[in-house]
Amino acid sequence: MAHADAHAMHPETNTGIDNRKLAIWTFIGSECLFFASLISTYLVYKGKSLVGPFPKDIFEIPLVTFGTALLLFSSLFVVLALNGAERGKRGQMLGWLFMTILCGVFFAGMQVYEFTHFVHKGLTLQGNLFGATFFTLTGFHGTHVTLGVVWLATVFIEALRGRVTPEKAINLEIAALYWHFVDVVWIVIFPVVYLMN
Amino acid sequence: MAATAAAPAAHEHHFPDKAGEYVRIGLILFVLTAMEVGCYELAHRAEAPGHAFWQAWLIPILIVLSALKFMMVASYYMHLKWDGRLLKGLFVFSLIIAAIVIVALMVLFIYHYKYAASLGGVAGM
Repeated sequence: MAHADAHAMHPETNTGIDNRKLAIWTFIGSECLFFASLISTYLVYKGKSLVGPFPKDIFEIPLVTFGTALLLFSSLFVVLALNGAERGKRGQMLGWLFMTILCGVFFAGMQVYEFTHFVHKGLTLQGNLFGATFFTLTGFHGTHVTLGVVWLATVFIEALRGRVTPEKAINLEIAALYWHFVDVVWIVIFPVVYLMN
Repeated sequence: MAATAAAPAAHEHHFPDKAGEYVRIGLILFVLTAMEVGCYELAHRAEAPGHAFWQAWLIPILIVLSALKFMMVASYYMHLKWDGRLLKGLFVFSLIIAAIVIVALMVLFIYHYKYAASLGGVAGM
């Protein structure tokens, strides 16, 4: 009976996995390679800048730690939202989803503040190798965060309209998988860029 | 009417409540992040106890802590612990290729810099 219920939620596939879920995992796989190339570029040029500003001159670890905590908690919130969606608890889903979006917005805001601050201190994309690799890596991550916020906001609006039912919780699960991936990438970027100096 | 009332109960039965487990994982992730920053502070303050030790072991400790966080998010929050082998394989295969890309590029550039240095040229840009 439970097996029949599970099949009722998505059309029959050869793999037994919803095609949308397989697609997002394939996309995440390709994104791993994308960020691997950006991280390796940052690493090979690390410490090779001939002119400043250098990382130790400009990094503000407390601010970035706060942003990291926000992103980690947002991952917890979105999985709690999914837990609510799958169990038909609309209030829980909406509340946690709203908190996730809020954390994402604050993280993106933190990054905008940080970039502006660094530019004022003389770190630019063209100034030195550190600036070029730092802005490219963290900038692409920030873009992913922004896209994730937009995606989650779309799901939130759909949920407000009552369109994210337990049967359609897969729509939130796919967005959540993308959001967790963005978090996982930051779990690598935070120590590599900010702490390993 | 009876069917409508039974629907939420059926979903609750089909999807067990994992909220407690998720919160526990969240707290562990928070503690691991605090440990990362703590190790960084100990390694960067000359007056900190065991300063030399933390400076020498900072990078290996950070790699282990971030790998732990990575695995916990992937296993529990991304549900890989409960998902089928196909999805696990897809992700792990991508991670292996990503690791190979990072290591290969680093080795390539280390040799490039050594070669440039042996010629007496400028290794960087």
